[in-house]
Amino acid sequence: MTDKMHIKLKVNGEDKEFLAEPRELLIYALREKLDITGPHVGCDTSHCGACTVTLNGKSVKSCTMFVAQANGAEITTIEGIGEPDALHVLQECFREHHGLQCGFCTPGMIIRATKLLEENPNPTEEEVRFGMAGNICRCTGYQNIVKSILAAASEINTAKEAAQ
Amino acid sequence: MNDLTPDREERSANLKGMGCSRKRVEDARFTQGKGNYVDDIKLPGMLHGDFVRSPYAHARVVSINKDAAMALPGVVAVLTAEDLAPLNLHWMPTLAGDKQMVLADGKVLFQGQEVAFVVASDRYVAADAVELVEVEYEELPVLTDPFEALKSDVVLREDLAGQTEGAHGPRKHHNHIFTWEQGDETGTNQVLDNAEVVAEETMYYHRTHPCPLETCGSVASMDKVNGKLTLWGTFQAPHVVRTVASLLSGIEEHNIRVVSPDIGGGFGNKVGVYPGYVCSIVASIVTGKPVKWVEDRMENLMSTAFARDYWMTGKIAATKDGKITGLHCHVTADHGGFDACADPTKFPAGFMNICTGSYDIPVAYLAVDGVYTNKAPGGVSYRCSFRVTEAVYFIERMIEVLAIELDMDAAELRRINFIKKEQFPYTAALGWEYDSGDYHTAWDKALKTVDYDGLRKEQAERVEAFKRGETRKLMGVGLSFFTEIVGAGPVKNCDILGMGMFDSCEIRIHPTGSAIARLGTISQGQGHATTFAQILASEIGISADSITIEEGDTDTAPYGLGTYGSRSTPVAGAATAMAGRKIRAKAQMIAAYLLEVHDDDVEFDIDRFVVKGAPEKFKTMKEIAYAAYNQAIPGIEPGLEAVSYYDPPNMTYPFGAYVCVMDIDVDTGVPEIRRFYALDDCGTRINPMIIEGQVHGGLTEALAVALGQEIAYDKLGNVKTGTLMDFFLPTAWEVPNYETDYTVTPSPHHPIGAKGVGESPHVGGVPCFSNAVQDAFRAFGLRHTNMPHDHWRIWQAANQLGLHD
Repeated sequence: MTDKMHIKLKVNGEDKEFLAEPRELLIYALREKLDITGPHVGCDTSHCGACTVTLNGKSVKSCTMFVAQANGAEITTIEGIGEPDALHVLQECFREHHGLQCGFCTPGMIIRATKLLEENPNPTEEEVRFGMAGNICRCTGYQNIVKSILAAASEINTAKEAAQ
Repeated sequence: MNDLTPDREERSANLKGMGCSRKRVEDARFTQGKGNYVDDIKLPGMLHGDFVRSPYAHARVVSINKDAAMALPGVVAVLTAEDLAPLNLHWMPTLAGDKQMVLADGKVLFQGQEVAFVVASDRYVAADAVELVEVEYEELPVLTDPFEALKSDVVLREDLAGQTEGAHGPRKHHNHIFTWEQGDETGTNQVLDNAEVVAEETMYYHRTHPCPLETCGSVASMDKVNGKLTLWGTFQAPHVVRTVASLLSGIEEHNIRVVSPDIGGGFGNKVGVYPGYVCSIVASIVTGKPVKWVEDRMENLMSTAFARDYWMTGKIAATKDGKITGLHCHVTADHGGFDACADPTKFPAGFMNICTGSYDIPVAYLAVDGVYTNKAPGGVSYRCSFRVTEAVYFIERMIEVLAIELDMDAAELRRINFIKKEQFPYTAALGWEYDSGDYHTAWDKALKTVDYDGLRKEQAERVEAFKRGETRKLMGVGLSFFTEIVGAGPVKNCDILGMGMFDSCEIRIHPTGSAIARLGTISQGQGHATTFAQILASEIGISADSITIEEGDTDTAPYGLGTYGSRSTPVAGAATAMAGRKIRAKAQMIAAYLLEVHDDDVEFDIDRFVVKGAPEKFKTMKEIAYAAYNQAIPGIEPGLEAVSYYDPPNMTYPFGAYVCVMDIDVDTGVPEIRRFYALDDCGTRINPMIIEGQVHGGLTEALAVALGQEIAYDKLGNVKTGTLMDFFLPTAWEVPNYETDYTVTPSPHHPIGAKGVGESPHVGGVPCFSNAVQDAFRAFGLRHTNMPHDHWRIWQAANQLGLHD
């Protein structure tokens, strides 16, 4: 065991400080030190994307980053994008279009989709499929996930137009 | 308040009962990251367990030295077989009547086998300690081929040495497990000997793995003060786990509470009982603290619950004009180091004897030989009823091979051999009584929708263009027609470890007219909380939104055999309807009393009982519920509750017609799915949105299995596909959009006519994708090539046909 490091993170808008071994993976720090259990561990090899979070504005697989590397970062997880009575449009659309079944991939899927739609607010179906290819779902066959994301893009854009 | 508004249509819509695409109630927590999976459970003082696993596929364990591991700060215990032996827990019974080592007892039989269990303060310390446990092995010869295993002098299961009788009859060799025979061997051979045409083929249905996104795990907490053990885990059958845990540990069943929390997909992986569960229990008993064990992905793929691994040889007899006259099937089944198949006791090869498929075949014979090898145990039904994917793949390939032999169109060959609508209920040559079906209607609808004749014309033109050198892409038209057999029991026929395969539902109506219902099943993503409430809403006239569905806690839910083999809707769904009808019967008496008429003078109408012929006189279910608790009614005890334990009279037989259109690049071996049409008949449809979602998911798992997913071993028994780098799980990029369709042929014996659908698309999808690949090369002489059809194998098939010359 190596000496623990003093880690500071801003997670979902809240400042967090704790001690952790530098080798500790970010996903375990989030899940076990901060009790943020939305992001999941599905594969340990950064293939499945269940652990996806947004870190300093980028989609990151938190099972493949040491907490030491994340020190000082600003992180958003599924818990940070909506409130029970004011869900994020993606959360609404996944429910509306049956974009989830067992729910295990969903937090990573939705948090990745939030970035995808920031990077590309008007994606084609093909662009959604390519942009989501880092996140595996075993239940849905993706058809309704793609539908959910395209519907969310359309809703966000309609709302933007209405605001202008 | 007794006015007639809202009208019947509106009242019916308000129920959100059967047939509507009700949005899922589960989604609120899942979309907000508030699911509660086993790895989310955190208890005060909880310890973490991790396994030392064998790097060898076959070796003697000479010694285990725990000293260095125990010296590591934070390590609490290192358990080995020696520690478990005094408790008689070093071996455990499997669901198949065999026994399996919990921790290596003298030797290991597959790579990744559990050798020692380290318990430590956190997962990092446990992982460090795993590296410090020194195990000395002596390598033994490795057998990964079942045919070699049946000839080899090497004895894999020394514990069974000299035993000529196994759980399923005589053993022919020390590495042989059982022979299971069904049907008429003599009659079938006579037909084959005298047939006008016989087509023969051997196919290997490769080993794969259900690989749910959440791996298996458990948290055991032994409360020594009260003598109570609580076990949370990834259990598709929590009640069975409780009974097994009680039998194994000696703790009385009432002192064990098993909870399946949210489960991140199962697909058969979470039916079995694994050493990790047992070790977490023992560790909690030993340490007095809660102990969590969650496997990682590599452990999941290497050690828990493989699927398939069937070598199938078929002979199919027919007349010259294509009428099938007989079917012969022999299977060599590779079960790995222990026979841990999850099948009903009387069916050591599951329902492989549904291998006559959807066809009227007068005589058939099936023999399955189970064999031990140095591979992981399992043999679960990966998104199918017991071994039905294997059976359907077998017959749907044999049909294609026969079509080639007869130089006949494969769609037409199917059509002339289908069991006819008027033949149902139909008793197949291998014994099953198919409850209902209308195959011709489904087939005709499918072929018409995809313009089958047009596709064949286009394909023929493509072949000509290819021959002229104008294209390097061939076109395949994959067909499959499947009949599933789901919903085990009946109890007289189906049990697991002696426990009859009924299921259950218990309903409690609250005084204000809302309700809770608890079932013996457990959802792993199927949306039970949504759909079972819909069944009840239609049965008892209370809105689905006012009904809570609970499953998975053995302290509160009624006993049931769990969720696998598409049995939830056929069995627990039936129990739900039957319990609902008991509620309704009592409600009728209460309504009659309140309306001051005879019981027979009121009738149920959507959400109320009305006086016959006087619909303005009624009592709503809400009013009835309130009266049930708050009004003294002569001759009727207070309350409104019911329970039903449902033993199904027969299985249900969902069916479907699938067509896949594929372009294959001959030079790269890359298949491109142009179109996939799936028509499913699952009887009465409870929630079309959820059915469609199940079909999409099942087809995608079928695509994976057919086009690349496998658990492969090298000659030394090393697992070559132990991470998601090598084990193919398709992403959104590789998956097409599917067209779904349906016909409705209700099950005649199920209370609501439903048949189950979750596994149909996998069962029908695998042969459809595979047939599409193989059909692309039919014009060039391909008869059969084994799955998985990954790019490399497709390229090789093309190469062997001389298409690169």
